[in-house]
Amino acid sequence: MKLPRLILSRRLSFSEKFYNFFATLTGLTAFNLQFIKEVFIPPYEIKQIKVHMDELGVKTFPIVSITGFIIGLVLAMQSEPVLAKFGASDYLPSTVALSVVRELGPVITALIFAGRVSSGIGAELGSMRVTEQIDAMEVSGVNPFSYLVVTRVIATTLVLPLLTIYVDIIALIGSFLSVVITSGMNFNYYMDSILMSIKFADFIPSIAKTFIFGYIVGIVGAYKGFTTEGGTEGVGRASTTAVVMASLLILIFDMILVKLSLWLWPTLG
Amino acid sequence: MVMADAGIVEIKNLSKSFDDLVVLKDISLEVSEGENLIVFGRSGTGKSVLLKCIIGLLEPDEGEVIVKGKNIQKLKPKELNEIRRNLGFLFQGAALYDSMSVRENLEFPLIMNGKYSQKQLDEKIMRTLEHVSLTEAADKMPSELSGGMRKRIGLARSIITDPEIMLYDEPTTGLDPITSKEISELILNLQMKFNMTSIVVTHDLICAQIIADRAIFLREGKIFYQGVLSELENSSDPFLKNFFSNEIIKE
Repeated sequence: MKLPRLILSRRLSFSEKFYNFFATLTGLTAFNLQFIKEVFIPPYEIKQIKVHMDELGVKTFPIVSITGFIIGLVLAMQSEPVLAKFGASDYLPSTVALSVVRELGPVITALIFAGRVSSGIGAELGSMRVTEQIDAMEVSGVNPFSYLVVTRVIATTLVLPLLTIYVDIIALIGSFLSVVITSGMNFNYYMDSILMSIKFADFIPSIAKTFIFGYIVGIVGAYKGFTTEGGTEGVGRASTTAVVMASLLILIFDMILVKLSLWLWPTLG
Repeated sequence: MVMADAGIVEIKNLSKSFDDLVVLKDISLEVSEGENLIVFGRSGTGKSVLLKCIIGLLEPDEGEVIVKGKNIQKLKPKELNEIRRNLGFLFQGAALYDSMSVRENLEFPLIMNGKYSQKQLDEKIMRTLEHVSLTEAADKMPSELSGGMRKRIGLARSIITDPEIMLYDEPTTGLDPITSKEISELILNLQMKFNMTSIVVTHDLICAQIIADRAIFLREGKIFYQGVLSELENSSDPFLKNFFSNEIIKE
């Protein structure tokens, strides 16, 4: 796999930035195609996938727990006075639940995951590249793309949906606490309102898109790490640009996928 | 196609550039089985690039690299991996896998390329660590090792698959003269013990004096001189004289 090299300089001219943009786009596309090709070729490194799911996924639980809880709590606190103004306080659980399940849960979890995991993969593979560890792997007859990239991308793709479901639940617990404090609503009423408002069709597309977000986080981090050049400075750059690129792509794909899901399931609108 | 009586490594008219920078120009070279070849040259003259072309990490712009009768550029990935199992490569910084212990580093090429029982693995690892006199380091992490130890473990990882050809990229750079000498003697011992063919890129004259059967000198991407080491050291050419003068080496 030959990937276009970027122009590395502290001060880039406009045309050089333009070149780098398209070189990244072509490189990332080639990297994706290579992934699609290699994902089906044995050996399947199941053990490595499990290791990465633990390393990249399970260890993200603390930060997404705190974020999810606060998002749910704050969302309920912010929405309550607005709904109360229209005499619609009873709709608070369903409003929060729909916002969390449909949009905030998947996107915020994905952005936090990108911040922690894309940068981590970028830095890890980047430092392996500049210290010739990836070359060492290649000369010992091991395919580094399959061993390092495919395993990590599969792990991120599988882990993010699970994290999102978990964040959705934690956020709803956070919002319940807020609702209890402000209006004294009981748990049964809160749960009934949520279950009545959320349909299966709300849940499926929002979880489905997190597989794509997870894939983006993995593939962008791996691409940036795998193509690192320029020593330790390059490793830093790979880590930072991986987060920026993964976050932007998550938001762009979110927009596209929301539009697509509304088209496929018009009842969601 | 396997060619009879040819060198175990043959390089024919090899050229390699990076963008506008020409690194190697029309290099032709033959290395015989069991030979120790030293590649000298100033920094940036393409010595490491030459090694990376031999092992297929870099693709030459022109020319051919033939290892054990097989043209490296024309091999499919699977065939290239098979050839690479006969090659060992010691990287300049040893390139140990940071996330793995010494034992796991040594196990890695074996597990990935064959089936071994845990007992066989342990025996092979300890035997290889004995060759480099570092059995006590088996359960350490690379970050706990000194520069010299890292080089030894890197060497152990390269020879654990019993390669026929070893490529060394500056094996003694950054080490004190005593460790440097030890590593050079270790390379020679391993070569004699296993009858390996070695290509060693170095600046280090002491290392070269210990190992070399033959030496080449690269200058501006071309083979400037080749012959036995003593001829190179005693050459009347002002550039070589300058390179091999004690003053320069001390610097």
